[in-house]
Amino acid sequence: MTDKTILNDHKMTARNVSVWYGAVQAIGDVSIDIDQDKVTAFIGPSGCGKSTFLRTLNRMNDTIASARVEGDIRLDGEDVYAREMDVVQLRARVGMVFQKPNPFPKSIYENVAYGPRIHGLASSKADMDRIVERSLARAGLWGEVKDRLSDSGTALSGGQQQRLCIARAIAVDPEVILMDEPCSALDPIATAKIEELIHELKGRYAIVVVTHNMQQAARVSQRTAFFHLGQLVEYGQTSDIFTNPREERTRDYITGRYG
Amino acid sequence: MPTSALLFLVAGLGLIAWLSGRVRAIAFRKAPGQRFSSLPRHHGSFAAMWTVLPPLLFLAVWGACAPGLATNGVLKTPAAAQLPPPGFERAAILSEARAIANDHHRTPLNPLATRLAPAYAVEQSRYGWIGGATALLLGIAGGAFAFLRIRPGFNARTRIERIVMASLLAASLIAILTTIGIVASLLFESARFFGTVPITDFLFGRHWSPQVIDPRNPGASLGAVPLFWGTFFIGAVIAMLVAIPFGLMSAIYLTQYASPRLRAWMKPTLEILAGVPTVVYGYFAALVVGPALRQLGVAIGIPGATSESALAAGLVMGVMIIPFVSSMADDAIAAVPSAMRDGSLAMGATPSETISRVLLPAALPGVVGGVLLAISRAIGETMIVVMAASGAATISLNPFNSATTVTKQIVDLLTGEASFDSPKTLAAFALGMTLFVITLLLNIIALTVVKRYREAYE
Ligand SMILES: Nc1ncnc2c1ncn2[C@@H]1O[C@H](COP(=O)(O)OP(=O)(O)OP(=O)(O)O)[C@@H](O)[C@H]1O
Ligand SMILES: [Mg+2]
Repeated sequence: MTDKTILNDHKMTARNVSVWYGAVQAIGDVSIDIDQDKVTAFIGPSGCGKSTFLRTLNRMNDTIASARVEGDIRLDGEDVYAREMDVVQLRARVGMVFQKPNPFPKSIYENVAYGPRIHGLASSKADMDRIVERSLARAGLWGEVKDRLSDSGTALSGGQQQRLCIARAIAVDPEVILMDEPCSALDPIATAKIEELIHELKGRYAIVVVTHNMQQAARVSQRTAFFHLGQLVEYGQTSDIFTNPREERTRDYITGRYG
Repeated sequence: MPTSALLFLVAGLGLIAWLSGRVRAIAFRKAPGQRFSSLPRHHGSFAAMWTVLPPLLFLAVWGACAPGLATNGVLKTPAAAQLPPPGFERAAILSEARAIANDHHRTPLNPLATRLAPAYAVEQSRYGWIGGATALLLGIAGGAFAFLRIRPGFNARTRIERIVMASLLAASLIAILTTIGIVASLLFESARFFGTVPITDFLFGRHWSPQVIDPRNPGASLGAVPLFWGTFFIGAVIAMLVAIPFGLMSAIYLTQYASPRLRAWMKPTLEILAGVPTVVYGYFAALVVGPALRQLGVAIGIPGATSESALAAGLVMGVMIIPFVSSMADDAIAAVPSAMRDGSLAMGATPSETISRVLLPAALPGVVGGVLLAISRAIGETMIVVMAASGAATISLNPFNSATTVTKQIVDLLTGEASFDSPKTLAAFALGMTLFVITLLLNIIALTVVKRYREAYE
C-alpha cells in the first residue's frame, strides 16, 4: 500500500473499519482508498465480507438491524458515519447496483426517473426525458428500449434489467458506483456488455466492483483488493496483484488453489 | 332399543372382533421362517373396522329415514284421519305428538296430538328395533367376513390405510356436502319467495316494512334496496374508512419500522384482537360509542342523531376489521422482494418514499384482495348491527341516522312470530341468498386477485 500512484486522488477512504452482525465479526480492521476515475475490484472467497464492506460505503448496512459498523469512512474527506451526514444525499452520491437485477415493477422510463424524481433533479418533463435518455444511453440500453419506454422494467431480459439498474443508478449523477457481483446472474454476452459499460463509465465515476471472476477483475479494474476471512489481505495495482502478488494467500487464491 | 345401548353393543362387538382377529393372526405366526406384511394388531384393527363401520353407516342412514317411516305409519292409523290437510298446522301437531311420545310428562297443547302419541310410540319403537337388529346383524356379518379373510399372506396393513383414507375423505366431504345442502335449501326457499314476490320488486323496491304486508301485493313492502344500502353504507363505507387506513398503516409500521422485538409482540396482539367475540364489540358499540356519537351529533346540531346510528355500528365494525386488514396487508407487503426495498433505499429514497412509491404499488393487488375479503366479512357481520344499529330501513346519507342491514333484518324476520311459509319468513331466505351470492362473488374476486399477485413474485 505504499505504492505512490495509489496515494493521490482518493475519492473515498476507509480506516480501521470493522463490522459486526450481532456478536459475530464479519469485517476486521480494513483500511483502503477508493480512487477517483478508477475501477477497483474486490475479490476473495465467498463469505469473506466483500458485500458487507461494500455496503458500509453507502451505509446500506443501516438497513440490517443487527449490523454495527466501527471505524472511519470518508467521502471527499467528509465523515460518512457522522451524525450530520444526510444518508439520502450520501446514497445519491454513492450509487449501488445489486447482484441480482432488481428493477422496480414500473415502466422502464419510471425506473430511470425514480432517482431524479426523488431528488428533484429535473425541472420539467423535457428535462426528465433528457435525463432518462442520457442515462439509458450511457448504460448502453437506449437503442434497445427507446421504442418501449412504457413497458415494464421487469419484462426485460436479465442482462437488460441489469443495465437498466445501472442506468437507474447513474441517473442521479453519483460520484461513486458500487457494484456487487453485477454479472453473476448474466450470460457471457450480457457480461461482456456490462464490462464494456464499466470501461466507458470509469472516466466519470469512481467504480467499485465485487467479482468472483478473476479474468473479469483483471479486465476491468485498475486496482484490486483481496479479502480473506474479513481481512483485507492485499491491495494494489491490478497488474501487480495478478502478476506479482506479495502475499502467499493472494497468490493461492488467484491461481485457484482455494476459494 | 336406546341408541346408547346400541352403540355400546356395537363397540363391544368391535372389541371382540379386534381380539379374535389378533388371536387368529398370532396363531398363523407360529409358523417359522415367514415374513408378514402386517402385524397381529393390524389384523385385529381390520376386523374391528369391518365390525364397527357397517352398523354405524347403516345407523346414520337409518336415523335419517326412520322418522319419516314412523310418521307414515302413524298417518295410517284411524286417529290420523282428523288431521288438517298438509301444511304448517299438520306438521306442528305431528311434531308435538312425537314430543309427547318421547317425553310422557309433557303437557299437551293439542288434544289430537295426545291421541296420536301412542301410535307414534309404537311406530317409533318398531322402527327402532328393526334398525337396531339390522345394525347388529351387519356388524356381525362384517366381522365374520373380515375374520375369515385373515390369512398369513393377507395384507391388512394396506387395507387399513385405505379405510383410513376413505374415512378422512368422507369427513372432508361432509363439510362440503353440508354447505351444498344449506345453499340448496336457501335456493329452494328463495324460489318459493320469488313465487309470491316478483324478484324485481325485491331487488329494486325502495320500501321495506315487513311488519305490514299487504297480502294482495306483498312485493310493495318488501323492497330490499334500503337494506342493501344500509349494509353497504355501514360495512363497505364507514367500516372501511376506519379499517383500511388504520390496518394499512399498522401493517406498514409493523413490516417496515418496528424492531423485531416490537413486532414479535405487536403482531400476536393484533391477532388476538381478531379473536374477540363480536358480541363484545356489539356491546361496546351499543353502550359506549352509540350514546357518545348521539351526544356529539346533537351538540353539532345534526338532525335525527340517534344512539343507534350507522356511524356507531360502522366505526366499531371498522375497528373489529383492522387486525384482519392489517394482517392481509402485512402479508402482501412482506411478499414484495426485499431487493425492491433495498434498490429504492440505495437510490437515496427515504423509508416512507420507498413505501409509497415502490412497496405499496407492488403490493397493491394483494392489499386490494385483502380489502375485498374484509368488506365481505363486514357485510356479513351481524352481531354489531343487531346490537348497535337497530333502526328503520331508510336510505340516508347521514351517518348519525339510524340504519339497518341485511343481516339485522334476517334476525328480525326470523325471531318474530310467523309461520314458516309466510312471505315475511321467506323474505329472510331471499335476503340470505342475496347476501350469500354477494359475499361469494367478493371472495372469488379477492382470492383470484391475491393469487395472481402471489404468482407474479414466485
Ligand atoms: N444480514 C446478515 N446477518 C448476519 N450475518 C451476515 C449478514 N450478511 C452477511 N453475514 C455474514 O457476514 C459474513 C460476510 O458476508 P458477505 O455477504 O459480506 O460475504 P461476501 O464476501 O459478499 O460473500 P459472497 O461472495 O458469497 O457474496 C458471512 O459470514 C455472512 O454469513
Ligand atoms: Mg456478496
